[in-house]
Amino acid sequence: MASSGGSRPAEGALYGGFPEPGPPGFAARVLEFAEELRREGMSVGTSELLDAFSALEHVSWTRREDFREALAATLAKSQEDRRVFELLFDRFFFRAVERRAVERGLRERRFEGAGRLDFDSLRDRVRQAIRAGGDGELQDLARLAIAAFDRQGEGSGVIGVDVQRIRRALGLKGQREAAPLPDPDSVPQERLKQFERHLRRELERRLIERTRSLPPAKPLNELDRALPTGAMQDLAAVHRVVAQLKRRLATRGHEQRGRRSGAAVDVRRTMRASLETGGVPLRLKHRPRRPRRPELYVLCDVSTSVTSASVFFLSVLHALHDNFRKLRSFVFVERISEVTEVFERERSFEAVSRAIAADAGVADVSGYTDYGRVWLEFLGKVIDDLDPRSTVIVLGDARTNGREPHAAAFARIAEHAGRMFWMNPEPRLYWNYGDSVMSAYAPFCDGVFECWTTKQLETFVNALADLRVPSRA
Amino acid sequence: MAEELATIAEVRSALAEAGYLADESASLVSFLAVRLGKPVLVEGPAGVGKTELAKALARATGRKLIRLQCYEGLDEAKALYEWNYRKQLLRIQVEASEAGWERVQEDIFSEDFLLTRPLLEAIAHPEPVVLLIDEIDKTDQEFEAMLLEVLSDFQVSIPELGVVEAKSRPLVLLTSNNSRELTEALKRRCLYLWLDYPDVERELEIVRLHSPELPEELARKLVEIVHMVRSLDLKKPPSIAESVDWARALLLLGADDIDRSVLERTMSIIVKHRSDLEVVADRVGVKLTDGLVGRQQAG
Repeated sequence: MASSGGSRPAEGALYGGFPEPGPPGFAARVLEFAEELRREGMSVGTSELLDAFSALEHVSWTRREDFREALAATLAKSQEDRRVFELLFDRFFFRAVERRAVERGLRERRFEGAGRLDFDSLRDRVRQAIRAGGDGELQDLARLAIAAFDRQGEGSGVIGVDVQRIRRALGLKGQREAAPLPDPDSVPQERLKQFERHLRRELERRLIERTRSLPPAKPLNELDRALPTGAMQDLAAVHRVVAQLKRRLATRGHEQRGRRSGAAVDVRRTMRASLETGGVPLRLKHRPRRPRRPELYVLCDVSTSVTSASVFFLSVLHALHDNFRKLRSFVFVERISEVTEVFERERSFEAVSRAIAADAGVADVSGYTDYGRVWLEFLGKVIDDLDPRSTVIVLGDARTNGREPHAAAFARIAEHAGRMFWMNPEPRLYWNYGDSVMSAYAPFCDGVFECWTTKQLETFVNALADLRVPSRA
Repeated sequence: MAEELATIAEVRSALAEAGYLADESASLVSFLAVRLGKPVLVEGPAGVGKTELAKALARATGRKLIRLQCYEGLDEAKALYEWNYRKQLLRIQVEASEAGWERVQEDIFSEDFLLTRPLLEAIAHPEPVVLLIDEIDKTDQEFEAMLLEVLSDFQVSIPELGVVEAKSRPLVLLTSNNSRELTEALKRRCLYLWLDYPDVERELEIVRLHSPELPEELARKLVEIVHMVRSLDLKKPPSIAESVDWARALLLLGADDIDRSVLERTMSIIVKHRSDLEVVADRVGVKLTDGLVGRQQAG
């Protein structure tokens, strides 16, 4: 089937060209697919592939759903993997079909009656179909809509833009959760997304037909990979990660047990043991490592520069409170205020955020964060309570709005506390630009992390649960 | 028996006969598990029927169900086997005076003195069984490592007795509430199945299956409310089992409609946290008075 290689159109390269088909056959395709999964970071081992092949022996490959499920059950071993799998599966087999179509010079027959169609007559049918119709009907209507759209001649050539233009031309709106009365014109959000997917697919198909080349397979971006979540589901995810943190703290202890523990020699026990050997210390006794039961101090920036992040941070705090007893939390903008009590009193997240907004009293006049002042106040409040067993976590963007950072005060906190971590909601790239003074504080921290997704929170959790007290440089 | 389950559709109907309405992926993965003899790792939120799937599979295949409930600190003695040392001690006391030590030693490490625990029992069973390892995420990693031998080779090594090999291949289901990431090594040996809350139609079927006397309209409204409740941010969203319980409760109460007062009286069946109760009364109760739930369904 590789004959089409020679007649490759010249413009192909512009659109990513027309990849070599590779060896023919079923197994080769599945291996290619697995290769693509690996590129997206899934660990697909040989044993998984062997499983997949033996599963496929029992499942008919002509039934798409069964085929997909069988592959998924053997290759994707977590919910995140499953999500990546779904995206890649659709893309991979779509591309495989299109490649063959181009190779064989197949073209789809255009819908003949497109000349008479306009959006007005389509509008109601599309809406009906989105509410109640089957998948096939949606696909047909997507084609009709594209045909009608072509006739109007507003196509931009960019698929994403065209999809949105068609959606607007059809007057489709997604239902909003909070709406007190459902808008009669709106359609369920999920189904609308499905329709948009069909539109995208059809537009892509036509592009491939026109250019006779496949667009390059781009790696999935973070947004695609992330599980579809609303704000409230995020909260649940945060709770899950924090619950995991608690578990890790509990089980890490077991892991350490039995291994030759740390470097600290227990002189007393060594001497005691040496009595057996006539006072010659033949066997060194080590001091056992104690699992850390961290006493947590969490400082959370709730100023406007981190508005979007502070909801996330507050939910982290909220989840931490559910799980740790020895935890004191503080919020700050210009001043700092302890909110441990609020979290202990209120159970629900909404009540907590209301209470904090109402009476924490952290914004003084300007509403701008003053990190320097916050350190000084924090020092004054808790310096006597800090000890080497305590861990201080700061959640903030380190933007001082041009005020004195008081790094010396920060250093004193770090000195008294056992460990100090900083979670910054901005990407590393933006640190130290503008009024961000991250570099002034970073040397005193045991770890600085960028953290605005639950995934990154997990990375942090691993660091926090690490028993080893890192030697400070 | 397993031989009868030759197609996915057959698995599905066999499960349905056993009182479990499986969706596409659940029936396909069960089918593959029977065919390939591989363990299945079932993950999903609490109360979506992970454990129930194992029980239904046992009923559908006519096999015995052996269950190992995991918990923190579960060890080999509780999961695999243990020597019945009391009995051994008695034996020694009875025989030690007459017989030589050699004989006694041979004696006391025989199968008579072995207490089999679920894993060994599943493997040593003459008939194939369904082995359910429930809430594997509650154990620690060492236990997982120990499971690997059992799951990949279906054998258990006992130092004093030698290797006990499986007489028949058990059908193994592991469930996890996803509270901790399981090791790659364990996942690699399993088929993976993610069970989620079912959509309205399927849950309606499930509710109707368990309480067929409930009028369809009422059942639908009930399921719709449960879905609405799940979409709220709750500490513990209601599970399928809870919607089934609620349906039964409504039957017992003789309610013919779910309005605000019925909801408030009975919602402690589906919601189990005090703060959750308030949220539900607040957000769902209001909609009921406005009759929104009913109208959505009509429109």
